[in-house]
Amino acid sequence: MELKAELSGDVLVISPLHDRIDAAGAIQFKDRMREITQTMTARVVLDLSRVNFLDSSGLGAVVAAMKALAPDRKLELSGLTPTVQKVFRLTRMDTIFTIHDSLPAGMRHAG
Amino acid sequence: MLGEQRIATMTRHPNPSLPNPSLRRLIQAEPFAVRQALQDLLNHFPLNALDPDQRGTVEVVLAEVFNNIVEHAYADDPGEIEVEITQIGQHLHCMLRDWGRPMPEAKLPTGGLPQFTDGLDAPEGGFGWYLIRAMASDLKYQRDAEQNLLTFQLEIDASSH
Repeated sequence: MELKAELSGDVLVISPLHDRIDAAGAIQFKDRMREITQTMTARVVLDLSRVNFLDSSGLGAVVAAMKALAPDRKLELSGLTPTVQKVFRLTRMDTIFTIHDSLPAGMRHAG
Repeated sequence: MLGEQRIATMTRHPNPSLPNPSLRRLIQAEPFAVRQALQDLLNHFPLNALDPDQRGTVEVVLAEVFNNIVEHAYADDPGEIEVEITQIGQHLHCMLRDWGRPMPEAKLPTGGLPQFTDGLDAPEGGFGWYLIRAMASDLKYQRDAEQNLLTFQLEIDASSH
C-alpha cells in the first residue's frame, strides 16, 4: 500500500496511490498511516480520490487512523468516490469525519 | 446460412436449465485471492454489464461475504469458496458455498450497526454484516453436510442498458 505524503502549510496531505483499501491491504494501510503521521501537524487530510473501493476492513482502518490521532489531531477526508461514499454513509461513519469534496486549491498536488 | 449460424450460437448455452448463463468460480479463501477474484468476477457477465454504482454495491457485498468466510469459517484452516451468480430479470441471484466452520449457532449474524457517540468511540469493525444486510435481500443461510451455503439477491436496474 503506497501512500504519498505532502506537507501543505500546516496540513499533512496523505494520498493512497492504490485504488482500493480492502481486507488484503488494511493492516499495511494502518501501519503506513502511523509512520507518516509522525510528522506533527494539527490537521491531516486523507485524499481518497484515487480509491475506488473500500470494504469494512478498509473502513475500520481509516477509523483506526483517525482515533490514533485523536484527541489532539484531526483526520479529515477528501475526494470520496461514489462507492467509498456509500460505505461511509450507510455505516454513518460520514458523521464523525470532516469530509471535503476535493482538496482545497492550495493543497492540490502540482502534477 | 446466417440464420442457421445465429441459432447455433444461441443454443450454445453453458447451463440450459437456467434462464441466463451463470458466472461461477472456485476461489482460495485468502485476502489477496479474494481481491483478485473480485476483479475477475466484475470483468465478466453479468457483472460487467452493470453501471458503476451497481458494480460498486455488488463488489462491496461480495467482498464482505468473502471476507467473512476467510476470517471466520476458515479461521483455522484455509479452504475454498464456491461462488455462483445468475442474473434473473432485475435481480442477481448469488450463491456462496464453503467447507469451513459453521456460523455461530448456525445462524446469520444480526448485523446491527455498532453504536457510537462520537469519533473517539467509533467502532473499527463489525460493519460487514450490516453492509451486507443493507444492500442485499432475501439472505438465507443453510448448514448442511459440512457445508455453509449462503444465498441472497441483489437488485439491479437492467432497464438502464
